[in-house]
Amino acid sequence: MDPLLRPGHNAPHLPAAMGPGYADVFDRLSRQGGRVETTGTNALPTFDAHAGAKQASFQPYQNNGGSVVAVAGKDFCVVASDTRFGLGFAVPTRMISRNLVLNDKVVLATAGMQADTCTLHKVLRIRLDMYRQNHGKDMSLGAVSQLLSNTLYYKRFFPYYTFNVLGGVDENGEGFCYGYDAIGSHEKVKVVCTGSSQSLIQPVLDNQVDGKQMYDGQPVAELSLEQTVELVKDCFSSAGERDIYTVGLDGRGQPPLYVKILKLAFVLTSHPLRSKYTRSHFIQGQSPAVRDSQTTTDTYFT
Amino acid sequence: MFRNQYDTDITTYSPQGRVHQIEYAMEAVKQGSAVVGLRSATHVVLATLKRSSSELASNQRKLFEIDSHVGIAIAGLTADARVLTRFMRAECHNHQYVYETPMPLSRLVLAVADKSQVATQRASKRPFGVGLLVAGYDTTGAHLYQTCPSGNYFEYEAFAIGARSQSAKTYLEKHFESFAALSLEELCRHAILALQETVASSKDTELTTRNTALAFVGRDTPWTMVEDDSVEEYLLVLDAEDELEEGDADAARQQPQQPPAAMDES
Repeated sequence: MDPLLRPGHNAPHLPAAMGPGYADVFDRLSRQGGRVETTGTNALPTFDAHAGAKQASFQPYQNNGGSVVAVAGKDFCVVASDTRFGLGFAVPTRMISRNLVLNDKVVLATAGMQADTCTLHKVLRIRLDMYRQNHGKDMSLGAVSQLLSNTLYYKRFFPYYTFNVLGGVDENGEGFCYGYDAIGSHEKVKVVCTGSSQSLIQPVLDNQVDGKQMYDGQPVAELSLEQTVELVKDCFSSAGERDIYTVGLDGRGQPPLYVKILKLAFVLTSHPLRSKYTRSHFIQGQSPAVRDSQTTTDTYFT
Repeated sequence: MFRNQYDTDITTYSPQGRVHQIEYAMEAVKQGSAVVGLRSATHVVLATLKRSSSELASNQRKLFEIDSHVGIAIAGLTADARVLTRFMRAECHNHQYVYETPMPLSRLVLAVADKSQVATQRASKRPFGVGLLVAGYDTTGAHLYQTCPSGNYFEYEAFAIGARSQSAKTYLEKHFESFAALSLEELCRHAILALQETVASSKDTELTTRNTALAFVGRDTPWTMVEDDSVEEYLLVLDAEDELEEGDADAARQQPQQPPAAMDES
């Protein structure tokens, strides 16, 4: 499956189901019994169906765009996502949340189709609640990474159209992140990005964080938390210059104030003093971790 | 309780119109150690006495989280309680998934009651031998419910179930009218004092951090359990009460001899 179902290009023999104006096309189709001429004002490919037969099609997927990035440091992980919900050339919403704070130590960010993102996030949140109730502790980063992979593969033959990035601090307090494809293939790394501007952001991160293609003999400097946050903001503002599905600067003619545009989702750290970046996204009612359950004796009456 | 020829089967009524098996199941609840629940307008508190089978054993836990806005205290067969806990958690999760809101308490308790009732009307089943005090906070406020093996459920301002719970209920009856306006701290104080009434005449002579556990939930307060050493600060109210009583006793001794009061008003 072409991962980028671009409007008008996924099935050239059918009218674009996902672009603007498709409703008109479907109306005309049903009225004219299957034949549609292209006109000057409606630049769609020629449609030539069997006379009288209507082409039914079920298009379960949409690409709502978006990009997500995670950069991990020594004891923190920055997970960021842009906020544009796109549909073809339209922007149904300027401010959409692509993130899910799973617990103190793990954050998930998801690009792709927003409906699948919402559902995936709901499923994972419930699964994490169940884990916490059954095991008496929060799920660790490694455990969540495997859970997400399994959840995605479970729908191998009707996938969640989602591109995920999981970031957090592991059990030793070291920052790590995981990048996923739509069916659950994942890898533990320090830096990952995915979504519509993956090809634009990834080289920047490779260069700035990993020092790739730098031949000046300088060792790669480890980035501090503040530097990482600035880098991530810069990545998005640069990607937004060329990718219509990712927003980097707002369109009001204001000077580039990155902090207003990006929804800097969450900055996780095991360092107690870094809390100024932490924004509490805890879903209302989410309770603190239950203490380890005591061993229960086999008492018949209690 | 007496044995008779109508009590072997859940599907048999006695000539007096009773189903004895249900009553025997409720007897199992009365055998469990005491749990106390009370509520104000904004919070609900549950206090439990944890029994242990021996010095070597741990004390059986009686408080369980169902969701971040609901929790239960149990009295009776622990194994049956585990099944109900799992059921309630699943119900809350499903409701949250479908409706994206916390499950209203009345519906949750109704689901438990209906499930319990089924077990009283099938020949192949037996009633659940556990009573629950369900405490929670939803959009309609703070609530405390009791569920029975019979499939009945009741809402209370304050209640107690288990062994010697009548003493706790007597204490609660005296004070419950003031509960609605109390703060969480004061509510916990009453819970501990009510629970203490149930140990006065048993072999657990006092409440300790080992045998007492407390939990509360309410507005802006997700379900929080207080166990082991954290209970210590809540038990201090008992020392304060003791000092108060000792102070009165000292004062009485230092007073010149007076005829005793007509009634003990302490």
